[in-house]
Amino acid sequence: MAIWLALLALDRWRHSENCRRGEGADVDPLVLISETAHGPRVEAANDAGLQAGAAPGMMLADARTLCPQLKVAPSDPAGDLAFLERLAVWAQRWGPWSAMDAPDGLLVDVTAVAHLFGGEERLLEDVHARFAAQGLTARAAIAPTAGAAWALAHYGPKGAILAPDDDGMARLSGLPVASLRLDGDVLLVLRRLGLKRLGDLAELGRDAVQRRFRNRRSPSANPLVRMDQLLGRVPEPLLPVVAIEAPLVQRRLMEPIRHRALLDQVLADLADDMVRELEARGEGARRLELGLWRVDGEVVLRKLEMAAATREAKHICRLFAARLDDVDAGFGIEMVRLRAAWSEPLALAQKDLEAAAEEHGTSLAACIDRLTVRLGERAVRKPVLRGSHLPERAQGWQAPLEPEQASQEMLDFHSRPLKMLDRPEQIAVLYASPDGYPRRFRWRGGVHEVVRVEGPERIAPEWWREKGSARLRDYYRIEDGEGRRYWIYRAGLASDGRGGMPDWFLQGLFA
Amino acid sequence: MDMSRLPKAAQLASLGEHAPRWRPGLPRARQGVQHSEIFASIDDAGGAGCALAFALDEMRHMETGRLEEKPLLWVQDELSCKRSGRPYRPGLPRELRHRLIHVAARKPEDALFALEEGMRCRDLACVIGEIAGNPRALDLTATRRLSLAAERHGVPLFLIRHDARPDVSSARMRWNVRSAPSPQPRWNLAAPGQPTWHAELFRARAHAPGEWILRDDGQALLAERPAANRATAPDHGDLAGAAGAGSLAAL
Repeated sequence: MAIWLALLALDRWRHSENCRRGEGADVDPLVLISETAHGPRVEAANDAGLQAGAAPGMMLADARTLCPQLKVAPSDPAGDLAFLERLAVWAQRWGPWSAMDAPDGLLVDVTAVAHLFGGEERLLEDVHARFAAQGLTARAAIAPTAGAAWALAHYGPKGAILAPDDDGMARLSGLPVASLRLDGDVLLVLRRLGLKRLGDLAELGRDAVQRRFRNRRSPSANPLVRMDQLLGRVPEPLLPVVAIEAPLVQRRLMEPIRHRALLDQVLADLADDMVRELEARGEGARRLELGLWRVDGEVVLRKLEMAAATREAKHICRLFAARLDDVDAGFGIEMVRLRAAWSEPLALAQKDLEAAAEEHGTSLAACIDRLTVRLGERAVRKPVLRGSHLPERAQGWQAPLEPEQASQEMLDFHSRPLKMLDRPEQIAVLYASPDGYPRRFRWRGGVHEVVRVEGPERIAPEWWREKGSARLRDYYRIEDGEGRRYWIYRAGLASDGRGGMPDWFLQGLFA
Repeated sequence: MDMSRLPKAAQLASLGEHAPRWRPGLPRARQGVQHSEIFASIDDAGGAGCALAFALDEMRHMETGRLEEKPLLWVQDELSCKRSGRPYRPGLPRELRHRLIHVAARKPEDALFALEEGMRCRDLACVIGEIAGNPRALDLTATRRLSLAAERHGVPLFLIRHDARPDVSSARMRWNVRSAPSPQPRWNLAAPGQPTWHAELFRARAHAPGEWILRDDGQALLAERPAANRATAPDHGDLAGAAGAGSLAAL
């Protein structure tokens, strides 16, 4: 079953103005506009606006010339989409699953459910009545395929039903080609070819259409694929909307609390409730949100993200305790709510037989959680290899418990320093010849005599990332008179024509 | 006060005989040393390299015949991060590359918190810390907390103190480490060789002080007496042990 909400944007605007169609604020001509590069454009117009001459797709300036007293409100496509998503979940009252058909449609699977409503006609009546009660203009149609239902909802008679044993092509041949859900430019091509109805397209023959659109792969650009989907010759997968209920527990308090000890008690109770809730679903929480509603209407939110799914009340309490120190209770907190915004499956685990191992110390995930809560998310990380020749790019950082991506190890004959400075530090180098070995250098106020040196290892700049003027690097492993080992490089050659004499930098420290 | 509980002078004198000289792999046998401090210059990665070698030495002995590989926690405060750089995965010892978890703490207090949390975790093989200078937070109480946590949970701690004065501390072993000239490699005689450190154990609870040249050859930690020391000065460590004065280091 396809449902088309023809005037979704306007219906939502009427909702926000709290008026019915043609009453109150809706009496005056009004358009909803969106800002474009060429100025405001009319997205939708109400009945009075349409009568006055404003049409969707028109520039606002043109509409104003036709009707100077036109009122204007901004359109809200993101809000419309979110509303449609909620509506798709609500529409599951008529079928086991539903899909969004952005920007203004819904598809509901009503296979073998019509008898529950007393037949398909009664089902459609119910749909129309329910949407009308909500103040939404809807047109619904039922057909064996999503494509046919969509075509009938948009261009067919009201309440059209295509039964499985009807001849689909015969019923649908009168519909315009726009009912094939094609892109605008393809519709333009079809119109120029003189193909106006689905019947025209079918009469033309498959080969001719195939020749004309042979290099269009996407269904919305190829009329043949759309036609096959319409008639059910090829499958059309849809993405169902699934409602996720986040586990939520809350406590309304008889007396507003103002003291920390009481809040800790409430939090412990909530954590216990949450653990029970999660256990029933076989899940563990990854992200928790604690909301504290104050008497004066303020809401304090505290978020927590865990390194691994957890279902331990003690651990949750401990992590939150560190985040509750700066909560201002004001005149008191009257409601506390804990919500697991992100949870992952976590099976029941057997307790360790060796009790000592359980009690002794913390697990790695708990340790990382504690560190992250105090030091911040970016503080606890693990080094991973990245595909790059440049040493500073060859290492990236990621969360410690995330799985590591497969990568090629460094080649063994490239020796790399134990520690790398965040940014290379410039050094003053004495050398015998500009392209030769360094003899002595000054770094952080100390002079280092180069006793032993290996190199150069030449690393060329990554031309696909950097500008053409980037200079290559010649790396040297050196050891100074006291045995300290460093990794230094010369940025460029004297003769490469990309600037003056090359600078030297110290980038890494060997063990 | 019960005077009879106190050790007798003769027992004190014989302590030195029981205290063996330090050698690689020894701490594992005695199950004692868990908290070591390594004093090093911030412009030299020798301290970090030596700490890793110590850690690796300990882990090799602890993990023989064990399948599971525990990760390693490396905590740095902001100054050490900035001045001496962050660990670089391709340059780490091969056994540790994939097991490192790095913590960049902003303040020394945060670094100490991270160190203690790390030691209380049963899934970590060892904890390495780097703290620059002598922050106010790192006083005797803090070091005592660290020592106790390390001994209680059996996770060794190697704390690298960059450019720091050796103030009072309860660390079980305190080292002065600097890089030493490396041995000549086999093929390219002009190139730097295997990392080598000059390590001086100047205070230890169970061992006599001494100096060593340390090197990790990929299988084990090798220690030898410094050449100059061997030639001229008598072997103080053994003498001190025999005289029963080694317990001076105990705190």
